[in-house]
Order: sequence, then structure tokens, then C-alpha cells
Amino acid sequence: MTAQDWRRAWAVAWKDLVSERRGKTAFNAMAFFAAIVVIVFGLALGPDRPSFVAGEETLLQYLAPGLFWIAVFFAGVLAVARSFASEIEGGTLDTLRLYPGDRRALCVGKIVANCALLIVLEIALLPMVAVLYSVDLWSRLPSLMGVALLATVGFATVGTLFAAMTATLRAREVLLPVLLFPMLVPLVLAAVKATTLVLRGDMMGELAVWITLLVAFDLVFLVVGTLTFEYVLDD
Amino acid sequence: MNAVDVQGVAKRYARVWALRDITFQIARGELVCLFGPNGSGKSTLLRILATLSRPTRGSAHAVGHSLQTEGDLVRSRIGFLGHRPQVYAELSAVENLRFAAVMYGRQAARPDLRRAVEAVGLGAVADVPVRGYSQGMVQRLALARATLHDPELLLLDEPFNALDAQGLDIMDRLLDRFAESDRTVLLATHWLDRVEGRASRVLALAAGRLVSDGPFAAAAPDRATRQGAR
Repeated sequence: MTAQDWRRAWAVAWKDLVSERRGKTAFNAMAFFAAIVVIVFGLALGPDRPSFVAGEETLLQYLAPGLFWIAVFFAGVLAVARSFASEIEGGTLDTLRLYPGDRRALCVGKIVANCALLIVLEIALLPMVAVLYSVDLWSRLPSLMGVALLATVGFATVGTLFAAMTATLRAREVLLPVLLFPMLVPLVLAAVKATTLVLRGDMMGELAVWITLLVAFDLVFLVVGTLTFEYVLDD
Repeated sequence: MNAVDVQGVAKRYARVWALRDITFQIARGELVCLFGPNGSGKSTLLRILATLSRPTRGSAHAVGHSLQTEGDLVRSRIGFLGHRPQVYAELSAVENLRFAAVMYGRQAARPDLRRAVEAVGLGAVADVPVRGYSQGMVQRLALARATLHDPELLLLDEPFNALDAQGLDIMDRLLDRFAESDRTVLLATHWLDRVEGRASRVLALAAGRLVSDGPFAAAAPDRATRQGAR
């Protein structure tokens, strides 16, 4: 991509984020949904129930990484779906397709905007998980942020690609999660495992394997996503 | 060099042929009107020329480039105003134009953008989000967006819809400006009165076929016929 294409990518991300900040169509829904997931699991599993797998930890502490990522990824589907649904509803997908230049700029711009939304959601959700599930996140925050960033980039990339593919279909709300989540299995697995190892300590030196998987997932889908986006947008 | 050269273009959606064997040319500097009843294929033809849709058969060139193989070059030199306004509701008029300017690789200086907004009569609401605009105001902003990059070929699909008297006046001035600067306009409309005296030819479509291609007077012989087509 040329310098002009990077300016286009930034313009798309800026346009999406300003529209979202003013309209709050995606963020309110995803924040509410993610908070409900975290609270419902907290209430259902109970704060004091012991875990029979992990010694002195409660069940909630033991499951916290998995529950956090379930909340983020499920709520994230709303964000990636909205990023194209709003273009369809406003008739502006045609506008995007009318602009000259490398179509990868549109893809990168959408990914950046979706990443930003997910990062804001994660920042809002982490203290909630820490308090409700009694998990000490603060001492491991830098490593946790690294894992979260890698998982967020992977999710936003695959999510953006699949949201674009299903945007013009009639049953897009149903099709998007059905198509997206099977593709996300390696990412979900790696994100949950890496988060667990960051929180509990990496005694067997496994963390590097899961981080490598996250990096590889991000790179593969960034390349595939940006290369195929032109055809995805075609009529 | 022709601004538009369409050779045997056909378009099929599932089992329905929206266009069949369309062939015509438009010389540079012409204003040509595309006329026909609803469902005759006017919008489909404009979308193909705007590179938003691929023809099932045939070939087409716009501003000297093939739509099929040089779509990017075509897109940088055409302006398209579609059925829907194609502007962002949460952004202001200036922000919409700034976004369009960056996407077209143009300078996005605020005074220039303000001038473009004022030219379509939206100066007073230039910084207000578009969601508060009337339909006519949105249409005027869409027109400013479609012409922001000084396109050589302007494709307009029912551009007079939703426009009030001021909007129609702005559109008339724009068409005159295009005619004076030797640029080409292909315009689909039911309002033949609005382009009388400006359009050099009328292409009449019916059921996806080009049924006539001739001077304005021949295609729309009397006012009653034109009123009836609305």
C-alpha cells in the first residue's frame, strides 16, 4: 500500500470511530451484552464455589480467562457486524466502492476501527472481571495487555472479513456468527490459554507456544484478509 | 475520444435480464438523458458505468478506460450520484466532504471544503451532523460529494428527486458548468422538462433494451408524453 492508501485507511477508521462515538449504535449494545455475560456467569457459578481442578482458587477465578474472552468475542460480533450493516443501511457501501485506490485501505481502516472499539470494551470489562471474580489482574497488566492486543487484532481481522462477506446477504445476522466462530477456534483457544498462563504463572514454559499461535493467526488472516478484500467487495 | 462507449452490454440477475444487448456511444462534452419507465434498466446501466456492477456480457469503456480491466482509473475520473444519498449521517457536511477528498487523494483544506458546502447552499449547516438534514439537503450534499474531485464524466441517477426550488436551481447551475467545461453528463430522469435545452440526446430504455437513441425532440415529442412518463 502507498502512503496515500494509508491515509485512506486512516480516514476510514476515523470516519467509523467518529460515527460510532456520535451514534453509539454498536458500543452501547456490545458493552451491555458483555457486562450481562460477565454478571450472569458470576451469579450462576457463585463467588465462593471452590474449584476442584485448581487448588485454592474459586471456580470463578479458575474460569475467569475463558469467561472474559467469551464475553469479548460474543459482544465483538455485534461490533464487526455493525461496521458493515451501517454502510448497507446508509447506502454508503457503494460510496466506499466508488473510491479509487487500493481496496486493502478499506479493509485496514475497518480492522483498525473494530480493534479500537474492542480495546475500549476490554478496558471497561477488565475491572469488572477483577472485582466480580476476585482476580488479581493489576500485577500482570502489561503481559495481559499484550495477549489482549494480539487476540483483539486476530478477532477484528477475521470478523471484519466475514462481516464484509455476509454484509449484502439477507440472513447476515445469523450467518455471521455461524461462519465466524468455527474460524475463531484456534484464536479463542490461544487467547484463553495465554491469559490463563499470564494470570496463574507459566511454570512449564507454555506461554510462548500460545503467543506464537496468536501471532501466526494474526499474520495469516491479515495477509489473507487484505488480499481477498477486493473480491469480497465486488458485486 | 468518446467519453462512454458501450458495446453489447447485458446484465442478468438470477433469471431476469435487466439489460440486453445495449450499444451506444457518448462523445466528450455531451449531456445525454437516460429515459424509461421504472424497471427499464436505467439504474443498472449507470451502476455498470460507475464500476459498481459487472456486465454479464459485453464490454464498456468510460473516459477512455475499460470498466472491466481499468476500474480504478475509471473510478478516479467519474462522479456518481445514485438513488440513495451515499453520505454519512453522523458526520457533518464538511466532515463528509473531507472524508471524500481524502479517499479521492485530494487536498482536504477546510476553506475549500466550506466553499464546496456553500456552493450547494448548505453553508449555514456545514458543521451539523447530516442526520438532522432534510432529504433535499442530503441530496445536495451528495451532489457536492459526487463532484468534489472534478470528474470528467458525471453519472446521475434521478438527481432531481427530493430537491426543492433552490436545489433544482443548484442542479441547473451545475449542469451548465459541466456543459461549459466540456465535461460529460449521463443523467437518468423522469423529469425531461428539467433537461430540455441542455440534453443533446435521449437514450430511451424499455424492458432492458435500448429502444431509441436520438435528439431530445424526437424522443419526447410533446409535453403530455413527458408528464405521463413521471
